[in-house]
Amino acid sequence: MSKKKVSSRRKFLLTSMRAAGLAGIGALVWSSMLEESTASSLILRPPGALPEKEFLKTCIKCGLCVSACPYDTLKLAAPGDHKPMGTPFFDARDIPCYMCTDIPCVPVCPTGALDEQSVSTDGELDINLSRMGVAVIDSSACVAFWGIQCDACHRACPLIDEAIIIEYDKNERTGKHAFLTPVVVNDVCTGCGMCEHACITEKAAITIIPRDVVLGHAGSHYVKGWDKKDEARIKDATGATTHTELSKESALDSLNDDSELY
Amino acid sequence: MSLDRRKFLKSAAAASAASAMGMTVPVELQASQEKAESDWRWDKAACRFCGTGCGIMMATKGEGNDRKIVAVKGDPAAPVNRGLNCIKGYFNAKIMYGADRLTQPLLRVGADGKFDKHGKFAPISWERAFDEMEFYAKKALKSGGPEAVGVFSSGQYTIMEGYAAQKMMKAGFRSNAFDPNARHCMASAVVGFYQTFGVDEPSGCYDDIELTDTVVAWGSNMAEMHPILWSRVTDRKLSDPDRVKVVSIQTYTHRTSDLADIEILFSPNTDTALWNYVAHEIVYNHPEVIDWEFIKKHIIFAAGPVNIGYGMRRKGEKSLTDGKYSELEMETISKEMSKKVSAKEAPALAPYGYKEGDTMNNTAGTLKHWEISFEEYKKSLAPYTLDYTAKIVKGDPDEDINEFKAKLKALAALYVEKGRKVVSFWTMGMNQHTRGTWTNTLSYNVHFMLNKQAKPGSGAFSLTGQPSACGTAREVGTFTHRLPADMMVKNPKHRSIAEHKWMVPQGTINPVGKQHIMKIHRDIEDGLIKFAWVNVCNPYQDSASATHWIKAAREMDNFIVTSDGYPGISAKVSDLILPSAMIYEKWGAYGNAERRTQHWRQQVVPVGDAMSDTWQWVEFSKRFTVKDLWGEQAPSGPRKKPLPSVISQAKEMGYSEDTTMYEILYANDVAKSYKLDQKDPIQAGYDNSEGYGDGRNVIGSDGKVFEGYGFFIQKYLWEEYASFTRGHGHDLAPFDMYQKVRGLKWPVVDGKETQWRFNSKYDPYAAKETKENGNAFAFYGKLAKALPYGDLQGIKKKEKTGLKNKAKIFARPYMDPPEMPDENYDTWLCTGRVLEHWHSGTMTMRVPELYRAVPEALCYMHPADAKAKGLKQGGLAWVESRRGKVKARVETRGRNRPARGLVFVPWFDEKVFINKVCLDATCPMSKQTDYKKCAVKIYKA
Repeated sequence: MSKKKVSSRRKFLLTSMRAAGLAGIGALVWSSMLEESTASSLILRPPGALPEKEFLKTCIKCGLCVSACPYDTLKLAAPGDHKPMGTPFFDARDIPCYMCTDIPCVPVCPTGALDEQSVSTDGELDINLSRMGVAVIDSSACVAFWGIQCDACHRACPLIDEAIIIEYDKNERTGKHAFLTPVVVNDVCTGCGMCEHACITEKAAITIIPRDVVLGHAGSHYVKGWDKKDEARIKDATGATTHTELSKESALDSLNDDSELY
Repeated sequence: MSLDRRKFLKSAAAASAASAMGMTVPVELQASQEKAESDWRWDKAACRFCGTGCGIMMATKGEGNDRKIVAVKGDPAAPVNRGLNCIKGYFNAKIMYGADRLTQPLLRVGADGKFDKHGKFAPISWERAFDEMEFYAKKALKSGGPEAVGVFSSGQYTIMEGYAAQKMMKAGFRSNAFDPNARHCMASAVVGFYQTFGVDEPSGCYDDIELTDTVVAWGSNMAEMHPILWSRVTDRKLSDPDRVKVVSIQTYTHRTSDLADIEILFSPNTDTALWNYVAHEIVYNHPEVIDWEFIKKHIIFAAGPVNIGYGMRRKGEKSLTDGKYSELEMETISKEMSKKVSAKEAPALAPYGYKEGDTMNNTAGTLKHWEISFEEYKKSLAPYTLDYTAKIVKGDPDEDINEFKAKLKALAALYVEKGRKVVSFWTMGMNQHTRGTWTNTLSYNVHFMLNKQAKPGSGAFSLTGQPSACGTAREVGTFTHRLPADMMVKNPKHRSIAEHKWMVPQGTINPVGKQHIMKIHRDIEDGLIKFAWVNVCNPYQDSASATHWIKAAREMDNFIVTSDGYPGISAKVSDLILPSAMIYEKWGAYGNAERRTQHWRQQVVPVGDAMSDTWQWVEFSKRFTVKDLWGEQAPSGPRKKPLPSVISQAKEMGYSEDTTMYEILYANDVAKSYKLDQKDPIQAGYDNSEGYGDGRNVIGSDGKVFEGYGFFIQKYLWEEYASFTRGHGHDLAPFDMYQKVRGLKWPVVDGKETQWRFNSKYDPYAAKETKENGNAFAFYGKLAKALPYGDLQGIKKKEKTGLKNKAKIFARPYMDPPEMPDENYDTWLCTGRVLEHWHSGTMTMRVPELYRAVPEALCYMHPADAKAKGLKQGGLAWVESRRGKVKARVETRGRNRPARGLVFVPWFDEKVFINKVCLDATCPMSKQTDYKKCAVKIYKA
């Protein structure tokens, strides 16, 4: 691939998007701005990005992170991308985040929209802490669940055997083969998208989705009795008052209610 | 899950286990007759890729020339894969339709339209292509005799086209400069088989996986290279996780270690020491487990010379004299002639009379060996104590030596354990090795002493890389030294049998078969070979020291032709390119690693003007007559005696001086008896481009529309070839039977296939040999079955003793490879493959999904090495040896995890041309290149 050519084209796009982003006006783009600034939450942001709402408030659309990306992964949203214009994002199926160990895109951020602290351990940059999204597998389209020996996503994963592990299961139909199926470990997955990029199905059967869109939260009132580490969650536990439809009225009011019981 | 469904699944599993246990009688399985409920047609075929040999079904749609392959499915009836595939097999439907498929012959021409070695490729007619080939082949014959006409053949030929090429080369051109890329992948296994059993190919079969208790993978990344077999190993492990043990013995950590109970990382080349350590444990520490009854009946001990060099160029060869090799290159090549015995190898060589610092003068590799006593063999094992072995074998400098020793002991204990079945699998690690033949023979030693060979669930089992390395390269014998069915060109009786079957005069076949594939490259560089034809392989990408061969092809006075489906490096290096029909565009057959032969029919008409390799050979043969080829040939190259003229005998046989090779070898009366017949259920409704021509009306080699040979040439080639095998322990079934079944494991006797060879219970040939004495085994191979007697250092009694039906245990030491890391080139380089791509990537790099999954070859290395060399994860680095350098991206956290001191770079990517860096040292006995070791330095690019 002629990298030079692409870079100069990117430079043009970057400059024009910066202009659009900074100016933020121009009749031509105004309508899409309106739509796109409030658009979908399904956008993958660079490593270390603040939560989406804060990120949008903090990002000044300067494009420095995009210029710093050596793989041309990051792009600035253009009209028609259906994303808040001028903000950096990436499409993992097109070009994933290659998880540079020196994370060139983050320290250059002038406003902290990309938060260096969130991707550092003891002052050292650590890309494994980034949480750009999380990989989700469609097990009906994933050929490994058919018994095909694939696992291209597993082998592509920079945190192989940590973020994607392989589960083994007997294939009772053939009687002599095993299923080797990929399983995403949500706590470890950075959302870099190397798996989505490598996936060999026509439309990827493993996709990166922003974490808050897809991940659940179990609450802190119950911890796993078999998992010592899980107890850490108690730190958020409170004895807060609970509310349901039934408890809406005070005990006295409901007891003195005149409705007939029989 | 409902109870009924559960019950069903259970019984299905039981049924499959049962079929793995017993003798499988081929059942007629209707392949094609799934009546089209729609507009597509299903028919059975074999997967294009590796040696596993998965069965597939192809769906084609459209009529006539427009019929295309549209889909593929794993064949649920195929015993190997039961409907499954890996992701290469998953894309079989897409490999033939890359946008840059070659569709017409292309010749380098100058402005005047004439051939010009420095010209650009331009389309020409088939007629012109054969005119040029004829001209340059005749010119080569004139300059250097038969030895000047070379062919890079293949383990990916169909059986029929390999056989067709073999006939024209050996009986027509009388040239043995004919050797396959399979030389690079399993020649050491072959010589190991010949030396040990006297006959090629494994004793066992894949059913061993379901029956064993222990799988030991030696230098084999089965998880990526034989994924369907690996899923069977995984299933076996899941079936009985406590009993079943998996051991992964490798030079770097890869996916095969995932399942392993024990992973042993060894320092490159020391697997020979490791095998000897296991044997040492048996002989010295557990002598009670040796099955002496078995050994006395079936085994003899043997030794051979150790100063056999490394298969590199030898002093006096023209290109060395001409100074085509740099001083840096000569640092390594000089070891071919003599070397100093190192401290590392000295203890292992002591029983052979060498000590540290001695100069070892090497002779050229030899297959010579002689019988020795058990006591001598025992002496050869004395050095491999746990301390010495652990010290030289430990491959991870950061691993604790005591922990490592514990693993070695655990490995030996698994082999030794009474009643424990063990299968040892290996692929390229043990074969691509400057002592590859030795390592192969060492594996059988251990299995033999324990009587754990050629038995259900037990045996040392060489896995094959290519889809028909066994079926075509080995069984047909598309090697310089071989003839069909384990016969050799050097054996006058064998030549005579082949000459008789081929209906050519006695004395036609050239008795000197020494131009193996690296020798063909070297002979081109030396100016001996002037005409070379590349068939179904990519030798200019897949050969080590690549720059030399490319330079020789491009700059010297020669004519290189490549037949291919796609424009790979070999096509680019060539003078003429011929567009070849690809696998499902022709009738064919492949033979896999468990001796299973599988056939398929032509599914579609080839694209453009592409024609099959069989057709290309047959058309080429029309250009040569008796007088062109069968006159006296003066000594040339490795042949020191003239080849006699056989023209007068030819005339006695009814041929004239002007009879063409086409008439003799391909369109003879026997061939014509194989009729084309659309009423034959095998043929009905299927294309046969060679037989009938096809709707494309391709303008053929004579400038006229090619309208077919008028007979069923593929069936003829099959049946004539198969007649070599029948009655000789290789028995193949009739053509028609293979169209009905999902492959059969030869020898096929009375319609029954053979699961375990040499075992009288399962192998009719062994049963015949043991009828009188009631023995359980007969190692009935015929090669090298009479030996002189001696000790570890040489022959003492020249008189030969016969060893009918016996196999051999060889004394063989650990020795250093010729190039090892030093202060200037401080890192081991190992090359190999990845699951996503097939060999040089000409097909899989054109499947968008596979290209996307792995678009480039990476340099896998340890993070500490990267840091020490100032390299960044994902950054570019130079990988440089004494021979050349390539740029590759550094990967410190991927699928392959080397210990410090070793890097792994796959070779599928023509843009990361790693074979420019690799060394063309070979096992001096098998001539197989060692792609697994050379010394490199790595620095920031």
